[in-house]
Amino acid sequence: MTTSPTLVEVEEAVPSGPLAPPTSGKRVVTTITRDKGALACLVFLAIVVLMAVAAPLITKLSGWGPYQFDSAAINSDLGGVPHGSLGGISGSHWFGVEPQNGRDLFARIVYGARVSITISLSATLLTGILGVVLGMLAGFYRGWVDQVISRLMDFLMAFPALIFMIAILSSLPSGNRPVLLVVVISVFGWPYLARVIRGQTMTLANREFVEAARASGAKDTQVVFREILPNLRGSIVVMTTLAIPGFIGTEAGLSFLGVGVSPPTASWGQMIASSVSWYSVDPMFFAIPGAFLFLTVLSLTVLGDKIRTLIDQGEAA
Amino acid sequence: MTRYVLGRLGSVVLILLAVCLFTYLIFFKLSPDPAVMICGKTCTPDRINSIRDVLGLNQPILTQFWEFLRGIFAGRQYGSVHCPAPCLGYSFQTNESVWSMITARLPVSITVAVGAAVLWLLAGVIGGLVSAVKQGTWWDRTAMALALGGVSIPNYVLALLLQYVLVVKLQVLPFPSAVPFADNPVLWFESYLMPWVVLAVGYACLYARLTRSNVIDTLSENYFRTARAKGLSGSLIMRRHALRPALTPITTIFGMDFAGLLGGALITETVFGLNGIGKMAADSIAKNDQPVIMAVTLLAAFFVVIGNVVVDLLYTALDPRVRVVSS
Repeated sequence: MTTSPTLVEVEEAVPSGPLAPPTSGKRVVTTITRDKGALACLVFLAIVVLMAVAAPLITKLSGWGPYQFDSAAINSDLGGVPHGSLGGISGSHWFGVEPQNGRDLFARIVYGARVSITISLSATLLTGILGVVLGMLAGFYRGWVDQVISRLMDFLMAFPALIFMIAILSSLPSGNRPVLLVVVISVFGWPYLARVIRGQTMTLANREFVEAARASGAKDTQVVFREILPNLRGSIVVMTTLAIPGFIGTEAGLSFLGVGVSPPTASWGQMIASSVSWYSVDPMFFAIPGAFLFLTVLSLTVLGDKIRTLIDQGEAA
Repeated sequence: MTRYVLGRLGSVVLILLAVCLFTYLIFFKLSPDPAVMICGKTCTPDRINSIRDVLGLNQPILTQFWEFLRGIFAGRQYGSVHCPAPCLGYSFQTNESVWSMITARLPVSITVAVGAAVLWLLAGVIGGLVSAVKQGTWWDRTAMALALGGVSIPNYVLALLLQYVLVVKLQVLPFPSAVPFADNPVLWFESYLMPWVVLAVGYACLYARLTRSNVIDTLSENYFRTARAKGLSGSLIMRRHALRPALTPITTIFGMDFAGLLGGALITETVFGLNGIGKMAADSIAKNDQPVIMAVTLLAAFFVVIGNVVVDLLYTALDPRVRVVSS
């Protein structure tokens, strides 16, 4: 569960067809390591991934587990507000503690990273595959294939996804929450990618180079993979780039609304949710998980954007 | 064209029916018995039975579903209580008519959605267009850096942040509440401002990025070079040859986003405590109030489906390339 693919792997895995992209993975890596902003994002993400993978080890070093209560760190006379300024940041609690029960915020952030990263990457991969394959099928073959896929998309998109996700998740027994979350997010997520892919495939299928390929005897699969897919790469990268952070947000949002990962398992969204009633007296309680969520999403977005620019340049060259 | 529109409308009805049935089945199968829930703690088997009779829960599920559908168009009888059309039943929690709950809350949701949409369309499209034209300048780089930041901030984090800074610390805005426009236009504006901004920021940044990349793409198209080569004026080229094809995908996405919001901006409304459809949905899910969940899901689906049809028609009208294909 913890060996999730990195962003670059995901980005590379989705758009590449049998035809190797002009921008090699190696060039992407070297250019990114030269760009200071992108490098900072990469380092931050590496830290988050490291936190996720080595969570038990890290909390052993910091001294507090994610479920340990520390009643000494909170002021029970003031309704459980943490002792000291900045939400109780100290040598033993690096990020302070939760008000009321005194759980260590650092440990909960570290364990929360696990949940966010694993769920969002799995959901992106599943959504990407479903969206690209079904979108291209519908746009390329038209006719009844298009009818079936389009009606399915209409049906799924007609569902108010968030309301329905909440309703389904709240009525399902709390079995394997993370898997449920991935499935529910992907099932409602793929049509948005597929719709764009379908539209562009339709337009591309009428272009001269596709006609030329057909005239020189290319089969359907060749046209799809060699002519159309490479031209869709830009959109796929942009859409999935926006999807990964989007899914991190969705997971956090569902946990925020209380139907995601079930307590006491820590998740960033759930931490922010529990901070709502404390934000005016203990702003650090929402600032810390909020900052981690924001920075993770931002880093992924910046990196994805860089990769897109590189691929576009590769296409122009 | 007429046949196409009629076909689409037919599929709208089918999709709504499918959504309706699917929702009905899921909640029927997964939820606890409504009769037991209504009956409460002091309950006898006799009472449960009579409640079941009144609600029609003893009938086969498809009959129940049919009764539910008929109620929407023709009204329905619950024992001695008549529920006039459009009847969506009564809340298990408050006994209020679900239809009047919706009509009471819809204005709030519409205000939130429309205000936010105006904000994000203006900011997104104009920002993206300027960035594309001034590609590579400091404006472009700053705007796009900000857009990346704006896309990245989850709306409930932004909501809490703004609320902490503007309401608690600086005290320049009141705490958001659904003040009617007619009561106090200034207070109305002030109290909806934060929800609008919170809801619009993410979309605006997304649209700015999309508009920019679409316009830049069109600038390298052959027809754009042709237009320039035959000596058309700069603004005409921009309007007709760059902006129009670049905005077509934006129209598609806007239609879907906006329609989705009409069914309630769930998180924003919940965080700010605005009593719209979204908050009603969250509350009803938390309390397992089935008739309300059912109604909200249907209403939201209705908006989305209608939005899709409008978008499809617009798309064929806006993009000549698709029009040639469909004929």
